[in-house]
Parts: sequence; structure tokens; C-alpha cells
Amino acid sequence: MFRFLVRRLLQAIPTLFILSILIFAWLRSLPGGPAAALLGDKATPEKIANLNHVLGLDQPIILQYFGFLGRAFTGDFGNSLVSTQPVMGEIITFLPATIELGLSAMIIAIVVGIPAGYLSARFRGGPVDNLVIVLSLIGVAVPVFFLGYMMQDLLASPLGLPSQGRQAAGLDATAITNFAILDGIMTGEWDAVWDAIKHLILPAFALATIPLAVITRITRASVLDVLNEDFVRTANSKGLTQQVVRTRHVLRNGLLPVVTTIGLQTGALLGGAVLTERVFNFRGLGFLLAEGIERRDYPRLQALLLFGAVVYVLVNMLVDVSYGIIDPRVRVR
Amino acid sequence: MNTLLNKKKEPIDKLAAASGRSLGGEALRRMLRSPVAITGGAITGLFLLLAIFAPLLAPKDPLDRTLQDQVQLGRGIIPGSMPGYPLGVDDFGRDFLSRLIVGAQQTLLVGVLATVIGVLIGVLIGGIAGAFGGWVDTVLMRLVDVMLSFPSLLLAISIAALFANPSQWTVILAVSMVGVPIFARLLRGSMLVQRDADHVLAATSLGVKRGAIVFRHMLPNSLGPVIVQATLTLATSILEAAALSFLGLGDPDPSRAEWGLMLGKASRQFLDIRPELAYYPAIAIIIVALGFTLLGESLREALDPKNRR
Repeated sequence: MFRFLVRRLLQAIPTLFILSILIFAWLRSLPGGPAAALLGDKATPEKIANLNHVLGLDQPIILQYFGFLGRAFTGDFGNSLVSTQPVMGEIITFLPATIELGLSAMIIAIVVGIPAGYLSARFRGGPVDNLVIVLSLIGVAVPVFFLGYMMQDLLASPLGLPSQGRQAAGLDATAITNFAILDGIMTGEWDAVWDAIKHLILPAFALATIPLAVITRITRASVLDVLNEDFVRTANSKGLTQQVVRTRHVLRNGLLPVVTTIGLQTGALLGGAVLTERVFNFRGLGFLLAEGIERRDYPRLQALLLFGAVVYVLVNMLVDVSYGIIDPRVRVR
Repeated sequence: MNTLLNKKKEPIDKLAAASGRSLGGEALRRMLRSPVAITGGAITGLFLLLAIFAPLLAPKDPLDRTLQDQVQLGRGIIPGSMPGYPLGVDDFGRDFLSRLIVGAQQTLLVGVLATVIGVLIGVLIGGIAGAFGGWVDTVLMRLVDVMLSFPSLLLAISIAALFANPSQWTVILAVSMVGVPIFARLLRGSMLVQRDADHVLAATSLGVKRGAIVFRHMLPNSLGPVIVQATLTLATSILEAAALSFLGLGDPDPSRAEWGLMLGKASRQFLDIRPELAYYPAIAIIIVALGFTLLGESLREALDPKNRR
């Protein structure tokens, strides 16, 4: 198991290495050159020359790359043009909001998607199956940001839910970790916990639609595959109860591909978070990115793009490792 | 006597018919029986007709700003439905129905071009990797893995943000890049299977040249999954183009009528004045995306050899 873990960790290194080269190249091909892009409106020829020197852009390109790599490792991505704060600090402040939102969305997608996909497969061709298929197809066809606005428009006031931001105006919650729910629990401010949950509901459901549709369909397909396997027939003919066959044989094997899908869907979540957070003014990393695009805040964009890609690679590595734990056959290969 | 003979002949005829049909013909036959495929095909067909004949179908000039003086954005007034303007007008006082109809053409253009560019580059990379194998394969696939390691919308954003002046072309390019790694991996995977296939071995031992093997034997047999994926990508491309427009990376040209652009702009600016300006293009996008998805899914099912009967 340990060797498997180490091998999988080592495999991620070349990917991250090429990734760093791409982001470096990206920064260099920005309109007007990196220094002009990083300075934004404030760019004057003197300032550009000065920044070129500070960033080492007057040095050979190999040295420039290693300088960039060194700064990236120490988390130095310069200052945001919008807030003039260090970008890394912004990321750390806003990350908890996105984790809260992404996790809630993923939990919704899993809790709804796996049972829906399973029931759909079990009653294949029946009304439940047809309904689930139609809904999951519509789920991928609706633009997420439009769905968000629809929810604000149609659901927010009837359900008494807030449609903007992370915290009600006037509520003075103590921030410790910036995880709103966790902070509320730690300080015992239960009204803050309830407020944070209420602010999460609509954006989390909007964001959940993408992974939900995919998880449902993968679960359905995979359970259908497993139902035709020899070992299921054997289990049935041994006289095991339906209950045992369904949970121990069908569900357990049918969920293996779903685990991989959940890893891949974090990518969709990261992209979807940009749209959802923008719609709901939910101040997380996605909101930062959307604002960065509107204001052409390249230092922020660069850091967030790299951050998003690294998180995605790491999450998928974790998924692979957990896959190895669930399914011993993978480790041997 | 006659009926007995018929009964004996029937299964044999069936078998002969089944084995005599090509996979493509078989797939077509199966799709014509599937309600999912027919629905998807009908939606796609109507959309194509609408897009092709859009200039003839639009009741008014989509660029005509005759009613501009009736629009008062400062006071939140955009006129709704009225005689001659069934869906009202947009923020420039242009007939919204005509813009929706003409928008079909632009939307199709964005979707198709983004998909075609993605397929061409992806097929080139995947084809080279699959045909040569070895270190070429390793290097190309590493690159593809890195592209895949960007969440798709972030990849599109990073490319679209590279251009100082966004235009329809930057959107198409950005969206097409999302498909590249997917098509490359797909084609390479099925090419690798083909490399070991008996008919390729046979061709090789007959002395057929390598180029001919790749183009005549391996490539045609590997394109099935790519075609399926391309149909599905048509749907996601339109959705991603809409997302880019919403984030402010779309074509800023106000005369351009494209559904994603119209939806993105209306969602940001006019939702509290006239939400219909967002609803109409959104519904159009949802229906078309659904059509392409249904078609792609049924195509996948029909081409799957496991389903052959």
C-alpha cells in the first residue's frame, strides 16, 4: 500500500512540472507582455522597465523560469490589481468559502445521485428510470449561471432563503477559520451557523446540478454492468437474500467507477464555482476569479488558474489512492 | 409444408441479415427505432433548418434600431411584447424574435467551429500518438494529461484571457481547446486497440505501407468514439461559450446575435428589468444542447457492439 502511494505521488510530479511551464508561458504571452499585464492601468514605461528588472525579465529565459518557480513555491504571486493585496493572502482568505460551497454541492450530488442512479438501474425501463434519465439529461443542458438566477428569482423569496452573499447584513459573526459554519460552532454563535447554512443552500444546489447528473448516470450504467456479472448470478443461485446480494455484491462493485467520477467532477465543480459564486455574490475563489476576469487582474488570474489546476491534480491523486484502498486489484497493476 | 419451410428459414435469414450488415447500417437501423434518437435527431434537424434559413425567417432586420427611443435603461424600461414585435425588443430597440432566429446561425457556427477545431487538433495529436507509439506517444500524452488537469472551464478562461480584445474567434478558440485533450485520448486509445487487431496484422504481413495502414485500416475503425464525443461536445461548446460571455470574455460587438452572448448579457444587466431577455435564449440553448446530447447518447448506444443483435 505504501509503495502504491509513493508511486502515485511521484507520477504527479511530471504533470505539475509541465503545468508550471505552461503557466509560465501563459504569463509571458499576455497582451503587451507580462509586466504591462501585471501593472494594468498604472503601467508607465519606467514602471514596466522597473518591474521587468524586479521580475528578472531582462535575464535569460531559463533563469526567469526558475525565478518564477521559486516565487510560486513560496506563494509569491505579486499583488492583486483590484485590491492591491498579495494574491496569496486573498486566496487563503477566500478558500474556505469555496471549500464550504464545493463540499456541500458534492454531498448533495452524492446523496441524491447514487440512490437515484441505483434505483434507475434496478427498475430499468420503468417510469423511475425514464424520469431519472430525462432529468439527468436536462441537468447537463442547463447553463449553471442561468439556473442560479432562476433559483434566485423563483425560489429565494418563497423559501425565505437569502440569494446574495455569505452572511446576513448586520450579523456580526466571529471569523476564526473563515469556514462560516465551523466558526459558528466553535464560538457557539448558533444564529451564525443557521445563517451560514441558509446562505449555502441555493448556490450549493445550483452548483450540484452538474456533478449530480453525471454521478447519477455513471451509477446507473455501472450498476447495470454489475447486475450482469457472473458473481451476481452465483450469489443469487447460492440462495443469498436479495438484501445481501444488493448491498454486498451489486452496490459495492457498482460504486467503484463512481469514485473516479467524483474525482473528475471536482474539476466541473471548480469551473462551476466561478459561475455560481458570481451569480450569488458568494465571496469565494470563484468570485475572485470572475472579478479578476472583469478587471483583467492578471496576477490574480495566474495564481488562481495554477491553484485550480494543482488542486484538481491533487484531488484526483487522492481519488486514485482511495480507489486503491477500496479495490485491492488496482494496487497490484 | 410451406409454413414449415418458412419457419426453418426465418432464423437463418435473420442471422444472415444481421451478419451481412455493416456496423454503420446496423447502428442507423437501431437509431431509427429509438425514441431518444428520434427526439434528438428532430431537435437537431429543426435547429439546423432554423440556422440555415435564419435570414429568410427573421420577420424584421435584426440590426434595425427603430424603437431605440422607446428604451430607457436609466429608468428600467425595455418595451415588451407589442404588435409586430411578439417578443418585444432588446436594449438597442431591436426586434428580439428576429435576433433569436438569426442567433441560431451564430450559435451553430460557434458550436460547430469550436468542435471541429477541437476534433482536428485532437485527432492529429491522438492519431500521431496512436500510430507511432513509443516515446512520441509518451510525450504527447503527458502534454494531453496536463491539458486535462485544468478543469475545463478554467482552461477555456485561461485561453480566452490571453487576448487583449475578446472576439467571437477568441471564444471559439478557447472553447475548442477544452475538447482537444479529450479527442486526443479517445482516438489514441482506440488506435492502440487497432494496432494489435488481426486485420492490421494481416495488412502488415501483406506488406501494406505504414501510412496506408494508418489511414485506411486503423483510422476509419477508430473514429466511432470520436464521432460520438463530437456530438456531445457540440452541446457543451455552446454552453461553455455562454459561460465565457457571462464572465465578460465574449464578443463585445453589440450587433452580434448569438444565444450565449444574449443570455450572458441579459443575465448580467437586464434580469431585474426584463428577465425574458435571458429566458428566451436560455430556453433555446437548453433545447439545442438537449438535442445534441440525446443524439450523441443514442449514437453511443447504437454504435456499441455489445448492443448488436
